[in-house]
Amino acid sequence: MATWKKLIVPAIILPVLLLLAYGFKTDPRQVPSPLVNRPAPPFSLRAFDGGSASLEQLQGKPVVLNFWASWCFPACYEEAPALEAAWQAYRDRGVMVIGVDIQDRDADARAFLERFKLTFPNGPDLQGKVSIDYGVYGVPETFFIRRDGTIHYKHVGALTKQVLQSKIEEML
Amino acid sequence: MHRMLLHLLILCVAWLWSPSPAIAVTVEDQTSSLAAELRCPVCQNLSVADSPSEMANQMRDLVREKLKNGESPDQIRAYFVSRYGEWILLAPKRQGFNWVAWLLPFGAILAGAGAIGWVVGRGTARRRSRQKEALPPLDPRYAGRLEAELEEWGR
Repeated sequence: MATWKKLIVPAIILPVLLLLAYGFKTDPRQVPSPLVNRPAPPFSLRAFDGGSASLEQLQGKPVVLNFWASWCFPACYEEAPALEAAWQAYRDRGVMVIGVDIQDRDADARAFLERFKLTFPNGPDLQGKVSIDYGVYGVPETFFIRRDGTIHYKHVGALTKQVLQSKIEEML
Repeated sequence: MHRMLLHLLILCVAWLWSPSPAIAVTVEDQTSSLAAELRCPVCQNLSVADSPSEMANQMRDLVREKLKNGESPDQIRAYFVSRYGEWILLAPKRQGFNWVAWLLPFGAILAGAGAIGWVVGRGTARRRSRQKEALPPLDPRYAGRLEAELEEWGR
């Protein structure tokens, strides 16, 4: 009887502690994308400059697909120069950089492009279909798409030159 | 008591197994019931149905469009899970480790009811036995006198 009573308290508390430990170990803000290593969802955009960009056109090229918005301050403002620099450095080696502007106003988005002198294709995602297709839940988010059209890596938050360089090199 | 608990358990399990929300008739009904199951990605603990954000708006539009194209609610749910992961569902799927989230509350209620029953039962049993102990056999002298007085009083 006495040992039974001594055991019952740990028998209840231990599973609860284990469950809590499991819960605290996982970061609720870190939502891993189920798309990594899967084929990237097809998309096509009408770019701000009148051109168009679609995943189909880009087959065989490594793609850096960046989701941004002009209201996304400061993260999108921090990474914009790094994206432009990466585009300049790698475009001759076949790497494509594409910007998708989400939940934005046309004039604000154009002012953003002007401010950072972005020369890679950028287009608005007017109905949000591209961002939902990519499981985007905030800006900035960036997908690195391999030559074979599968997703190599998803980056959440502002990109740095180092991340861009190492992830692009991995895909080349 | 045990039968009642059993009935309660059966009800809970039946509820868990029942197919989710009643069959909605119109596309609009289906859209809002599906949207209520999806987590708004840009909000704090709001469903896509409840959020006024632009992203939730776009998601509702997408759900409506998919329904109009003849996709089933299960297909649409699967689509969102394939893009966002299970995180997008406000209620975890009833499988594997997720059963902990579904069953633990009922388990806790049953364990609590059991614990209360046990404590109350033990308390009454102890009081009953204490009452018995508190009444030692009467001294024959007092017993005789008590009998006599009771008889007198009764008359």
